[in-house]
Amino acid sequence: MTAQTATPIATAPSQPHSTQRRAAQRRKRLRNLGFFALLAGPNIALLLIFVYRPLLLSFYYSMLQWNMGSSVARFIGFENYIRWFTDPDTPQVMGTTAIFAVTTVGGSLVLGLGLALLLNKKIFGRGIARTVAFAPYVLSGIAVGMLWLYIFDPRYGLLSTLLKAIGLSSPQWYTTSPWALIMIIIVYLWKHVGYVALIYLAGLQGVPQDLHDAAALDGAGKTRTFWSIVLPLLGPVTFFLLITTILSSLQSFDLIKAMTDGGPLGSTTTLMYQIYVEGFQTGRAGFASAAATILFVILLVITAIQLKFMERKVHYA
Amino acid sequence: MSTTVDERVDAPTPAGTDQPKGRRRPFRAHLDAGLYLTLIAAILVMSVPLIWMFLASFKESGEIYSVPLQWLPEAFEWTNYEQVATSIPIGRMALNSVGLTIAGAGLKVFLGLTCAYALVFIDVPFKRVAFVVVIFALLIPSQITIIPNYTLIASLGWLNTYQGILVPGLASAFGTFLFRQHFRSLPISVLEAAQMDGAGHWRRLWRFVVPMSMPTIAAVGLISLVAEWNDYLWPMLVTDNTDTMTLPVGLTLLQSLDGLQNWGVLMAATVVVTTPMLLIFLVLQRRLVSGLTAGAVTG
Repeated sequence: MTAQTATPIATAPSQPHSTQRRAAQRRKRLRNLGFFALLAGPNIALLLIFVYRPLLLSFYYSMLQWNMGSSVARFIGFENYIRWFTDPDTPQVMGTTAIFAVTTVGGSLVLGLGLALLLNKKIFGRGIARTVAFAPYVLSGIAVGMLWLYIFDPRYGLLSTLLKAIGLSSPQWYTTSPWALIMIIIVYLWKHVGYVALIYLAGLQGVPQDLHDAAALDGAGKTRTFWSIVLPLLGPVTFFLLITTILSSLQSFDLIKAMTDGGPLGSTTTLMYQIYVEGFQTGRAGFASAAATILFVILLVITAIQLKFMERKVHYA
Repeated sequence: MSTTVDERVDAPTPAGTDQPKGRRRPFRAHLDAGLYLTLIAAILVMSVPLIWMFLASFKESGEIYSVPLQWLPEAFEWTNYEQVATSIPIGRMALNSVGLTIAGAGLKVFLGLTCAYALVFIDVPFKRVAFVVVIFALLIPSQITIIPNYTLIASLGWLNTYQGILVPGLASAFGTFLFRQHFRSLPISVLEAAQMDGAGHWRRLWRFVVPMSMPTIAAVGLISLVAEWNDYLWPMLVTDNTDTMTLPVGLTLLQSLDGLQNWGVLMAATVVVTTPMLLIFLVLQRRLVSGLTAGAVTG
């Protein structure tokens, strides 16, 4: 495609011809630039305006003593970060965030893998089961939260009735400290386990049958085959899921907003939720931006680990 | 909690895929029974809440608060739905949600397609830089963009407007990435032939690339539909006016309206919010799943 003007035949009367050709090439390059700007321009401009600009601005905001909606802002350097780290609420927020992340990620991986193993068997009804398991994942977090609030209602809910039937009494899910967080974790697992199961299912179907046969020939039982062959082969899938579920767990908002609004007494306020509360309820936009930057750094580190790993171990479909 | 524990205990034991017909018949029968029980338990845990929601939405308040729990409503009454309609302008909100979802998903697919085409098929010197700009955007979580974007939208006077809800989320990094991956696998000879015949970029995109990419387009489109419909945080921040509000935001409005939670009414509204996505999911499951698992892993 590039300038191959110097073909022997073309050399003799080449002077006008070659400039013509170069001009044509220039025109073509300009046309290409024009098309590129037309086709990729809008998308890239939107990314720059609504993703990159706010990213930089957020760093800047985090250095300001500034309230949402106010026109007065004072530059205070890293003071918001110092305030965040010394804030008496920070240990609770980070503790809640950590508990929430560990239980939702661990729970959805274990339950998801179990469900995937079950759905991988050739048994009657697995198509329906697959559909049913995955359905909650596509539903609005707000709606799911609302539905489960009703189920958890200590007096009229489905769960309290079930608990009573086996001789237990229902805890006050909404208003007592560990139970509110447990409630949200359960609902989060219900909503997300189908996604994990689905990805694991895709991974399980990639395990070649001859490996199973070979293991059976060597006299390995099903449990042994699972631990020594299937699970290691699922390593890359597990890693992918580990990272993506950590990211989505750390960013979850809807369920907490719908079910507890961060309470009781901040016991369900995660770092993500704190950013919303500080930015839009308390109005401390500078402080909230500092918290957002801290969350960003955490997410970035996790993503960097993932990218490093994905490069070697994992292929895109 | 109690019900979910069963599957964790039972599931890992019957590992791997089916063995060829084995000798130990009685053991197998026992295993199958356990499998089916686990499967049924799992189906129940996943589906009963949704069934419960549908049933409750038709119950009168007396039935909802009757103390020995009542499964089926006496008669399927629409009173809860009527009450939703009188409490909040749900028709308007549904219309807002439908419009914003279709416009948002459509534009996202359009922007992703054109951008990915340019990144793959048009030769310009800074193509790689442009690609890096798109890819790196995937790593930036929306939380960090919320406050600056909110102040921008507010300063433009776009609070409580459709464009205020729509525009900041339009750029498609994920869609562009998936389309790019797909375009690179297309047979280049077809496009070269089209170019020989004098087809320009625009024509090549719509007459050749798009028809060859329908499954990917469908998957990205569906994922965008689901995401736009369910989006909550941003529309909640940008709107406090019921004229432009979307359904999920309206749902929380309904929750805070009554001091006492009226579950029948709330469940009716929840049904309105969830049904469209459930239907789309049930009808187009395969496409949606292929989109969600794309970019995930293959062995």
